[in-house]
Amino acid sequence: MTRERLLNAALVLALFAVPAWALWADEPFTITLATRAVIFALAAVGLNIALGLGGLVSLGHAVFFGIGGYAMGILASHAQNYTPIMEAPFLIEGTKSMPIIWLVAVLASGLAAWLIGLLSLRTSGVYFIMITLAFGQMAYFFATSWPTYGGEDGLSIYVRNGFPGLNTLVPIQFYGICLAWLLLVLALNRALMRSRFGLALNAARQVPDRVRAVGLDPPRLQLVALVLSGAITGLAGALFADLNRFVSPTMLSWQMSGEIMVFVIIGGVARLFGPVAGAGFYVLIEHWLGGVSEYWQIFLGLVLLLVVLFGKGGLVGMIAGARK
Amino acid sequence: MIRTTLLAAASLAATTAAMTAAAQAEVKVGVITTLSGGGASLGIDTRDGFMLGMEQAARDDIEIAIEDDQRKPDVAVQIADKMIQSDKVDILTGIVWSNLAMAVVPAATAQGKFYLSTNAAPAQLAGRGCNPNYFAVSYQNDNLHEAAGAYAKSEGFSNPFIMAPNYPAGQDSLAGFKRYYEGDLAGEVYTQLGQTDYAAEIAQIRASGADSIFFFLPGGMGISFVKQFADAGIDLPVMGPAFSFDQSMLPALGDAALGVKNGANWSKDLDNEANAAFVSAFEEKYDRLPSIYAAYGYDTANLMLSALEKAEPSDADAFRAALKEADFDSVRGDFKFDTNNHPIQDIYIREVVKEGDVLTNHLVSTVIEDRSSAYVDECKM
Amino acid sequence: MSPILLAEQVLNGLQSGVMLFLMAAGLTLIFGVMGLINLAHGSLYMVGAFAAATVAGLTGSFVLALVTALAGAALAGALMEVVVIRRLYARDHLDQVLATFALILIFSEGTRWAFGSFPLYLDTPDWLSGTVQLPGGITYPAYRLALIGVGLVVGVGLWWLNARTRLGIRIRAGENDREMIAALGVDIGRLYTLVFALGAGLAGLAGALVGAIQSVQVGMGEPVLILAFVVIVIGGIGSIRGALIGALLVGLTGTLGSVLLPELFKLFTDASSAATLGSAFSSMAIYVLMAGVLIWRPTGLFGARS
Repeated sequence: MTRERLLNAALVLALFAVPAWALWADEPFTITLATRAVIFALAAVGLNIALGLGGLVSLGHAVFFGIGGYAMGILASHAQNYTPIMEAPFLIEGTKSMPIIWLVAVLASGLAAWLIGLLSLRTSGVYFIMITLAFGQMAYFFATSWPTYGGEDGLSIYVRNGFPGLNTLVPIQFYGICLAWLLLVLALNRALMRSRFGLALNAARQVPDRVRAVGLDPPRLQLVALVLSGAITGLAGALFADLNRFVSPTMLSWQMSGEIMVFVIIGGVARLFGPVAGAGFYVLIEHWLGGVSEYWQIFLGLVLLLVVLFGKGGLVGMIAGARK
Repeated sequence: MIRTTLLAAASLAATTAAMTAAAQAEVKVGVITTLSGGGASLGIDTRDGFMLGMEQAARDDIEIAIEDDQRKPDVAVQIADKMIQSDKVDILTGIVWSNLAMAVVPAATAQGKFYLSTNAAPAQLAGRGCNPNYFAVSYQNDNLHEAAGAYAKSEGFSNPFIMAPNYPAGQDSLAGFKRYYEGDLAGEVYTQLGQTDYAAEIAQIRASGADSIFFFLPGGMGISFVKQFADAGIDLPVMGPAFSFDQSMLPALGDAALGVKNGANWSKDLDNEANAAFVSAFEEKYDRLPSIYAAYGYDTANLMLSALEKAEPSDADAFRAALKEADFDSVRGDFKFDTNNHPIQDIYIREVVKEGDVLTNHLVSTVIEDRSSAYVDECKM
Repeated sequence: MSPILLAEQVLNGLQSGVMLFLMAAGLTLIFGVMGLINLAHGSLYMVGAFAAATVAGLTGSFVLALVTALAGAALAGALMEVVVIRRLYARDHLDQVLATFALILIFSEGTRWAFGSFPLYLDTPDWLSGTVQLPGGITYPAYRLALIGVGLVVGVGLWWLNARTRLGIRIRAGENDREMIAALGVDIGRLYTLVFALGAGLAGLAGALVGAIQSVQVGMGEPVLILAFVVIVIGGIGSIRGALIGALLVGLTGTLGSVLLPELFKLFTDASSAATLGSAFSSMAIYVLMAGVLIWRPTGLFGARS
């Protein structure tokens, strides 16, 4: 067993042990904090597919995160107020059911990723970073100034949405849902890395000409990766909105994109469990440093800086060593 | 997220004393406000005003937790969850911004907690979304804009140019102004949230033939506009809500703000005993003049204390009734709650003046007496 | 809308474009020579504004304040380069983004720790306050006219530096062939520090100039930073000429969009909703412009073709 596999096993163990401890010690807020970390990790796993596997540095993943959030907010607020979303040509009602919300979030953010990808993948390098940022800003400004769904104020949902057979208002049960999604998506990601598609994508990043020579189309592979990536981050957005029972344009801001990217980089780019380590570390450090000083972000900045400058391969890289 | 557990009475006492007091604490209060980033000055004044009231009361059975929301809704929600789930607070307060209040208040009141607003009071929470456990101590968001509208009407302005950022509070602002002004407009413009350059709008104002200007641009946006407007050499009366001309903003505005009329429900020269005591105590303790946010924070502390004299938050019905009586000496003079738990109070117009070298506001007149809010009839409770 | 008002709005667009150019020039220079994405460029803009406000408050001299802003930001930039940035040249863009994102946090909260949370006061000097009458009957603030002038002088200065001086030759050589220039005995480390300090100084100057008509506060650099990135991407990264054209395009699109779009919507709906809709779409206008340019020319208007 390699060190990375040991580390991964330890992380999975922590994902079960921390909430179990919190439940035993009656610390419900620890569970809320863990849920936040798990959802951030899920969003970052999504980005890691584009970033690590596809080499696509997207500084606009908040778009997908926010679309997922708004899918939840719009559907649930219509259900809450008993107003249909659309009456003509056919009736569409809101819903408080998580599975339907997830489906809509995944489809909507996947579609957005496809559209953005079609346009953005014509560029590369820094231009790709910046064009994804531009799409993010467009979505952000649109959401702030569009009054129908609350604009800057966002949308508030009084009661968390439901999942058949569970009481999602109990923190540990909602945590269970999020954790199940994270583990499922990690398994998918692992399968993807080893699949023919994953190998081709990896090759398209490193030696695009050779991939072209064997008859594959690198931009097409990248587009598929981006759609998958956006859909997963969108799912995380729907869960995040449900955690807070609230969605607002902040979820679409470029700082949000930056934070999702931070999770991936401090965890370790292209490492299966990098996003998990990164998101967990970030939530912990935000929580602990926040108690130390009013100026805690200085220390957060210093920690991030040290990780980039001296920690090759992020946290996973530092602990488990460089990849073979 | 700074977490300072301060005890009103024992704030100077040794740690051990504080710990014993904490063990006996019967009431826990959570203050969520903005202490870092660009909007921090408002949160700091809110906190300082609130803490001044708490310290004067010197009660050792109240525990206060203060945390920084970074002006991010999701962080505010997270802190509220923590305070409710982990610290088991009874009362929440302190949020400056409407979008953060919308994220926190509905969920907190749904869990049976009390929320006392020191500032933000969006239309939804005053109307259809009102809640018996939610009290706005400050105002209803539209009030100060309505004051400017009433003033414009009473001054006989016939062609004002009105402007606000394009977001819900901005749209409510212009609606509030028009509710009391009712006449023709030279122009109505929505700027971008966070906009820093107003050259285009100023050119429009110049060309519009307006006889006055009303604007609502909170924070740095207002500072930018006022400076640029002063540079443009347009000599027109300027009106706005108190936010852009408040004590925390005036030093950065400089003389460009002189003469501006602003709608407010508090001023440091408002003539009542409680206010005089508050202003001098605040100056004494913090070595600066109090802002309107500090006044709201102070009033909130005193309202809460007055209710705690009569009932425990654990007896929700009694505590709610005690809050509703508003049996405290407000720095704003007469103060009572309407049926939607928003204040009924006089609204004034202030003018920016210079006292020696210091820019501050003076009261000009009362423009609306006993103002409640436009949404009170929509509130069913 | 009268022609005079339109002319004045075009002037406003040019002025905001010229200020963006000061920011973008440094950013694009640093990217062109060192291949570095610097998100902390906005922090240097903030450093310039804070330095100027402090010095103006102490001495009352605006010119001294500008000089301090330029020197202070250049110094802060040089320090930043020596301590952190030079370790990032060999890294990929991802590491650069994260490290300079961390620098933003350190600079912003550090400034707040040193100066407090309240905005600072900085005003235009008396000799530039008020307005001037331009031909055609346009009344225009003197200070804004001066800003256009400063921007153009800096633009010409940069061209001169690039085309006519030894430093410029080295910079251009550095853009094209790093090994070669090192082999010719140029101290590449010092050249990089110098270029970085130059870019930082320009950002600081922009911060001070704009700070006099805006709010000097923590976090003022980030919105400008995003716009500056939009500018250099439109112009083509690494190209000073592209930065100038891009800055003017962005300035004009932003200003004219916010003026003309509400007028356009007034044709279809009432004044209030036209104002809301127009504002909503104009806030997206420059990003639409940027996406459009990149889809048309994936490396910007004047970027190197790959």
